[in-house]
Amino acid sequence: MINNTNTTKQALENIDNELPGQGVETASSPLRVSNLAVAYHKKPVLSNVSFDVPEGQLIGILGPNGAGKSTLIKAVLGLVPKMHGEVEIFGRSYRETRRRIGYVPQRESVDWDFPTHALDVVMMGRYGHLGWFRRPGKKEKDLAAHCLEQVGMGDYMYRQISQLSGGQQQRVFLARALVQDADLYFMDEPFAGVDATTEKAIISLLEQLKRQGKTVLVVHHDLATVEEYFDHVLLLNGRLVAAGPTSEVFVEDTLQETYGGRIAMIGSRAGKGQV
Amino acid sequence: MWNWVISILSDPNTRWILLGCLLLGFSSGIIGSFTFLRRQSLMGDTLAHAALPGICIAFMLTETKSIALFLFGALIAGIVATFGISWITRFSRIKQDTAMGIVLTVFFGIGVVMLTRIQHSASGSQSGLDKYLFGQAASMVLTDVYVMGGVCLVLLVACLIWFKEFKLVSFDPGFARGMGLPVGVLEQLILLLTVIAVVAGIQAVGVVLVAALLVTPAAAARCWTDSLALMVLLAGLFGALSGAAGTIFSTFVPNLPTGPVTVLAATVLFAISTLFAPRRGLLARKLRSIQAKSTYMREEQATLQLSSTQPQTQKRGEM
Amino acid sequence: MATFWIILTAILVSSACAILGCFLILRRMALVGDAISHAVLPGIAIAFLWSGSRDSLWMLLGATVFGLLTVFFIQSLQAGGLSSDASIGIVFTALFAVGVILISLNAQHIDLDLDCVLFGEIAYVQWDTLTLWGADVGPRAVWMLGITLLVILVVVGLFYKQFKLCAFDPALAAACGIPVVLFHYALMGLVSMTSVASFESVGSILVVGMLIVPAAAAYLLTDQLGKMILYAVLIGAASSVGGYLMAYAMDASIAGCMVAVAGILFVLALLLSPKHGIVLRYVRRKYAAR
Repeated sequence: MINNTNTTKQALENIDNELPGQGVETASSPLRVSNLAVAYHKKPVLSNVSFDVPEGQLIGILGPNGAGKSTLIKAVLGLVPKMHGEVEIFGRSYRETRRRIGYVPQRESVDWDFPTHALDVVMMGRYGHLGWFRRPGKKEKDLAAHCLEQVGMGDYMYRQISQLSGGQQQRVFLARALVQDADLYFMDEPFAGVDATTEKAIISLLEQLKRQGKTVLVVHHDLATVEEYFDHVLLLNGRLVAAGPTSEVFVEDTLQETYGGRIAMIGSRAGKGQV
Repeated sequence: MWNWVISILSDPNTRWILLGCLLLGFSSGIIGSFTFLRRQSLMGDTLAHAALPGICIAFMLTETKSIALFLFGALIAGIVATFGISWITRFSRIKQDTAMGIVLTVFFGIGVVMLTRIQHSASGSQSGLDKYLFGQAASMVLTDVYVMGGVCLVLLVACLIWFKEFKLVSFDPGFARGMGLPVGVLEQLILLLTVIAVVAGIQAVGVVLVAALLVTPAAAARCWTDSLALMVLLAGLFGALSGAAGTIFSTFVPNLPTGPVTVLAATVLFAISTLFAPRRGLLARKLRSIQAKSTYMREEQATLQLSSTQPQTQKRGEM
Repeated sequence: MATFWIILTAILVSSACAILGCFLILRRMALVGDAISHAVLPGIAIAFLWSGSRDSLWMLLGATVFGLLTVFFIQSLQAGGLSSDASIGIVFTALFAVGVILISLNAQHIDLDLDCVLFGEIAYVQWDTLTLWGADVGPRAVWMLGITLLVILVVVGLFYKQFKLCAFDPALAAACGIPVVLFHYALMGLVSMTSVASFESVGSILVVGMLIVPAAAAYLLTDQLGKMILYAVLIGAASSVGGYLMAYAMDASIAGCMVAVAGILFVLALLLSPKHGIVLRYVRRKYAAR
């Protein structure tokens, strides 16, 4: 293992971790990626990506278009094939820990004309827990209703999903993620195309998850809100440019490196970058 | 070997059929390239099925079996079909593939109803319409070949004249519209040419298989080149070859129908192209993929070795 | 009595197709269904040659395999980068061509009329009866279709939530651990089985028509999957009965008439559906504008 000993704080942590009977790293970090590489039709999309994710934090995944942010999540979840690399979730393979993961895909990935209502969509989040033959029953229904209330969609339970606005659809997706009762969440651009109220609702939900000790990885595109929302960030540009606490990593030079000099920094050194 | 070829060409009947199928394959391949690129390959299938009621009505109104008349009837039916598809998709939440399926089957069903009515009526027995459905290339006569030739000429000339426009409309209709091109008209034109190829094709290979004449040679040609002009030419060539192969094989083997053999020949050409074409073929891509992976692994090794002989830099993102 | 058997056969076909068709159109695989119904032809021909007779079970199984092969080839081509419409077109025409060739070359061994393949001959269904243990138990087609429908009800009933999720959000289904590919092949296998069981009595057109049109009409009438399936079955049944009556009155192809009636019902749904119909939407807009 190659350790980062750049700061005293890190050095002390490492000493702490080297107690007898313990590994150098914490045994079950929610997500550990090693040397991940993904290619679509011979074009490398991600190469040599390695990182560890701390537990119970809100982590932002940032990068320009085509940087591989969605691909990273899909590769971790086994939705696209990896050319190379390993993924460990809570120390084990994805297949073993599936129950502990929640996934909120991009809104376009679904056909919103499907004949179903909001409550039904949320209940679908429990299908993974029901096994092969059991049908969703009252328990699942109540749980789904509760999660819809949590995202402020209690009044829309039986509304056909095509009649929902973009923000409402996003909230239904979030409720579906909540109902999965996961410890580790992956969200792909949850803030894309939603109104300000929905955005506030989403972020307060994320904070709530964090208070419950869950870990949330969010693909995000709005640099202006990164410092406000996220404790840690991953900067991607086909490869991992930097990873770490927002205050340390979300700085001018790493941002310039990630976005290729296409951003203008306004304000302080670690200030609000606008792409 | 030569004797064999000569024996084929000496029989006038076979000559006509061969020529007809050659021309048909050539022109279908050409217009098929554009429908292939526009991702409307199954439109040929839809138009073929939808043409039936048009053909039946044409027959019922005039009581004569004439290709030109059938063409006209099929054209009208084809236009109605395309309008039907766009109305369904525009005014309801039904998606395009479902709309195509609906129009395809309902029009064909109506056509079959008309067909059976015709067959049960007095003039029905000489209509030969049911043979039409399965294609009877073997019964092609000189006039049919003239029609094929005419069809081929029309398609060739049209594609030559409007090549640039078809190219743009196939690639980026939005941009073309922005440029001021009459995209709607051009799309209808491509459709018209497709209908012509389809109606001619039904005669040779039958309703179900006509789609193959449009798609398969074009898909095969795509594997060999990135230039549209070359692709169109190759598609025509492959189509012609398939038509020839179909005719020749069915001449020599008794009971072997021309249409399906033509389609199989085209499929074989496609299979060869998909597997062995340089750059875009499967084999070539597999080789490149293996190369890419081994290059990646070598670079990985190199970096690792480099870092083990240098002071440690942050390689792992640790938070 | 003949009427009874004919209509029963048709209703069995339309019910089986309606259930499967709902999932097909929701997954935007309507044309794959069309392709499969044609591509099973070589399977039927081979099964004929193999068993030397119309031994239904072998035919059903053997031809179903061809339906699955079709899906496999289509997926392979798509994975190789070919567009989905071209993949479908190339595969099903090639397989249908193989089927026609097999039948033509073996005409003396295969008692199949090529016209029959397209239109079937439902009027003769009643004559071809099954004899079990020396007793005449009714038309073979009815038995084959009945068993097919039963299998469909059982499979779709048991795995309803999986089929539903795979149709709605395959990414989430995969993330939940549901084997999406397995259910895809299961659905297509059922379509395949239905095509084979139906082709002799009603031919390909009716199968494809009954797969797509009633389900599409039902799609316009309701916002719930369960109801959509129910309405599709009902509309299919109505098309069967209506089509038969029409064919009787006009002395025309029964299968064709059934599809035509389905088409009429679809147009009615398109125009008049309370939720999504064109006419009512127009009226509502005018009313709201006041």
